[in-house]
Amino acid sequence: MQYQSPASIEEAVAALASIGGARVLAGGTDLLVQLRSGTASPAAVIDVKNIAALRAITETADGFRIGAAVCGAEITDHAALVAAWPGVAEAAGLIGSTQVQGRASLGGNVCNASPAADTTPALIAARAVAEIVGPNGRRSIPVEQIATGPGKTSLAEGEIVVSFLLPRRPARSADAYLRLIPRTEMDIAVAGAGVNLTLDADGTIADARVGIGAVAPTALVLDAAPGILVGTKCDEATLAKLAEAAGAAARPIDDKRGTVDYRRKVVGVLAKRAALIAYERAKGAR
Amino acid sequence: MAKSHVSTTVNGDPVEFLCDAPETMLDVLRNTLGLTGTKEGCGTGDCGACSIIVDGRLVCGCLMLAVEATGKSITTIEGIGAPDRLHPVQQAFLEDAALQCGFCTPGFIVAAKALLDRNPDPSETEIRYWLAGNLCRCTGYDKIVRAVQHAAAEMKGQPA
Ligand SMILES: Cc1cc2nc3c(=O)[nH]c(=O)nc-3n(C[C@H](O)[C@H](O)[C@H](O)COP(=O)(O)OP(=O)(O)OC[C@H]3O[C@@H](n4cnc5c(N)ncnc54)[C@H](O)[C@@H]3O)c2cc1C
Ligand code: FES
Ligand code: FES
Repeated sequence: MQYQSPASIEEAVAALASIGGARVLAGGTDLLVQLRSGTASPAAVIDVKNIAALRAITETADGFRIGAAVCGAEITDHAALVAAWPGVAEAAGLIGSTQVQGRASLGGNVCNASPAADTTPALIAARAVAEIVGPNGRRSIPVEQIATGPGKTSLAEGEIVVSFLLPRRPARSADAYLRLIPRTEMDIAVAGAGVNLTLDADGTIADARVGIGAVAPTALVLDAAPGILVGTKCDEATLAKLAEAAGAAARPIDDKRGTVDYRRKVVGVLAKRAALIAYERAKGAR
Repeated sequence: MAKSHVSTTVNGDPVEFLCDAPETMLDVLRNTLGLTGTKEGCGTGDCGACSIIVDGRLVCGCLMLAVEATGKSITTIEGIGAPDRLHPVQQAFLEDAALQCGFCTPGFIVAAKALLDRNPDPSETEIRYWLAGNLCRCTGYDKIVRAVQHAAAEMKGQPA
């Protein structure tokens, strides 16, 4: 296996294109485990952590741009980002241990394409746009279009996710992410739900978006959520409908972490609780 | 495949080594540099026995390639305290009997030091979450948490 650590996106794309079977290396918290177990044996790893654009968090007129290789600890340490996107930050902060947080990136989490990846539902709720560069130039796609199934992505050969753009937020907006794991730390989600809300001046929900995770081959956009939440004040009856819709949209599997029925039930409960947290946060937001 | 030549800093000293691309930082610390205080419990990021500090961030030595060390500053357990001048975390682990077999201990001490460097006054909950990636099969964790609290108190009592 070769190792390269290019300093520019162009060099990284060229390296990926010229070496067949090369893989991007960000924090390595998925990839190194796969190398060790032999489930991955790339001819080369292209370390993208020396490329400035992949390592920066910037606030622009378009919103927050988070470099794809920024690690979780850098996200949760960034006060302005945490204030604007508490749900995305808490999802990033849930990945693994302190040690894993020192390395694990959003790009790695999304591109590893685990159905249980914690940041994907939160990024979906946030309407994050993935900015991608490859041999055929640049393109931007909604984050939910990256993973296509467990371990599979829509990225073409040689493409790199450079950053995720979280759009500018209207006043009275906030998000939240919750997952259920059998322990309090260091486990894989049984289900997860991210909720992103914007309120009117009187506290009525004006905009809503919900992502759910670990209950289908990829994280899902909960299409029914805006119709249920918008125009309400997040009352009990609304939340009950949201929970039911989340359970109905789920297409979970039975495994040692939970049965199909349990996952449907839990994803509904999580969506409901995350909606309440996002609602309370949005009321307090500027 | 030719070996890579890496120049880095380990425990404040400039260090150079040769390694193969798949070798982890943990492999090189232990097998090439002879720094065997850092332990391998799992090799997959789950146990924290391999905890090291790289440019101020706590990471698993088993989940970092050694070639990535170029230009970085790495702290291992050997760089924390000295036999005749233990770090307060080390002293507290001894005094509070926060270890039994000792295999997890270097990882816990490195992790606890990284915590106290950024948060000199952590709550018990903060300590437990921070150390959630460090596994101990012997102590039941309670004495470890007490030792970290004890070290925090000692460090605050000391003139800076
Ligand atoms: C102990 C432990 C606990 C964990 N706990 C959790 C958890 O609670 N929740 C969770 O969701 N995950 C968890 N994980 C999995 C992992 O930490 C995350 O998925 C992490 O976000 C991966 O990021 P990385 O930067 O380490 O990715 P890497 O391992 O570097 O890469 C992962 C994959 O994505 C590709 N890739 C990376 N970056 C890019 C890019 N910019 N463009 C294109 N492709 C790219 C790589 O080629 C590789 O296939 C855990 C892992 C460990 C070891
Ligand atoms: S050896 Fe690295 S975490 Fe267990
Ligand atoms: S003292 Fe034996 S594993 Fe912790």
